[in-house]
Amino acid sequence: MEIKILGSGCAKCKTLEKLTREVVDQNGIDATITKVEDIMEIMKYGIMSTPALVVNEKVEIKGRVPSSDEIKKILIK
Amino acid sequence: MKWNKYFVIPLVLLPVWFVIYHNLQPMTDWLVDTQLALTLGGHFTEALRFFVFEFPKVMLLLMLIIFFVGIIRTYFTPERTRKALEGKRTFTGNVMAATLGIITPFCSCSAIPLFLGFVESGVPLGVTFSFLIAAPMINEVAIILLYGMFGWKVAVIYVGTGLIIAILAGWVIGLLKLEKWVEPWVYQTQMGESDLEDEKLSFSNRINQGVQAIKEIVGTVWIYVALGIAVGAGAHGYVPEDFMAALMGKSVWYSVPLSILIGIPLYSNAAGIVPVVAVLIEKGASLGTALAFMMAVIGLSLPEMVILRKVLKLPLIFVFIGIVGAGIMIVGYLFNYIF
Repeated sequence: MEIKILGSGCAKCKTLEKLTREVVDQNGIDATITKVEDIMEIMKYGIMSTPALVVNEKVEIKGRVPSSDEIKKILIK
Repeated sequence: MKWNKYFVIPLVLLPVWFVIYHNLQPMTDWLVDTQLALTLGGHFTEALRFFVFEFPKVMLLLMLIIFFVGIIRTYFTPERTRKALEGKRTFTGNVMAATLGIITPFCSCSAIPLFLGFVESGVPLGVTFSFLIAAPMINEVAIILLYGMFGWKVAVIYVGTGLIIAILAGWVIGLLKLEKWVEPWVYQTQMGESDLEDEKLSFSNRINQGVQAIKEIVGTVWIYVALGIAVGAGAHGYVPEDFMAALMGKSVWYSVPLSILIGIPLYSNAAGIVPVVAVLIEKGASLGTALAFMMAVIGLSLPEMVILRKVLKLPLIFVFIGIVGAGIMIVGYLFNYIF
């Protein structure tokens, strides 16, 4: 699984990255997590509010920090 | 609708909030007079009383309003705002953009994707600016604090004048046709199609967003509120009345532009500045001058300019500061004249 966290370094973006890493670790999910900070790269996903959670190139969450439970539901589908 | 913790906890806390909020004055007096047994009327006692009363009051107001604003904001995503503004021309667009700027979730860190997204979908530059001016300048935290400290009239004046400045400044920028001063790469950016246009959130999820908003905003601003009110409490007891009158009073004709010039490089969030404004007014600064100072501090901030510099060429940044600054100045003089 390929997970991307989109965000240019605001506090929320860091929180989302941290939460996602925790969920991945705790559930033994096989995934690579990349933080995307380049604005041109972020715009390709068509979002206007950061942070965003992208799983296998699909935008799942944007503009907010979801709870760990919600991330878990998204990752274990 | 599931009855999970996201419903139950806020529902239980609401009456608790109500009881505490309406008993703050007796609780303060009990703490200051009975428990600490301080002499009535002393400078330190009064300063302490001011802090012990004002700090919880402002924090309680903040928590309640931020919670509801957090929920309401889940209905106003930047994507929906953009859709509403698409194809809107000149004045109507400016009015809508400024109004939506108040309620759409915005932080300066997402100013760039937002700007790109607006421009990309054909929202005119002037309309985009109305949004970018209103969003940081008319701040919900500032509204609450102004309401808490000065009453609803000042809060309404702040929102109203902020809106007028955002609408007119954006409109003027639109008339000037300054697209040439937008960095060329902005127009070359290819924006992808989002497949998540209308995210359906459950209501418990929206409540959770409200709780998150409290944690996030109150968690970061409490220290500024405490500092601001502590400064206020100190000045309340110690600084002589009319101390500021010589510098920021009504009779000083240059006080408005001077406050704006001082305010622009100063950076503070809205929570930190309102208590300072309260002190200025109490010590003889006129309402117009103090409001102009506040708007310059939160509406025209250096960090935001640095962020916007990525998409705007320097002349446009200066035009932006100039027009908004002029707007704030007019408001300042107007209020000094009226009140």
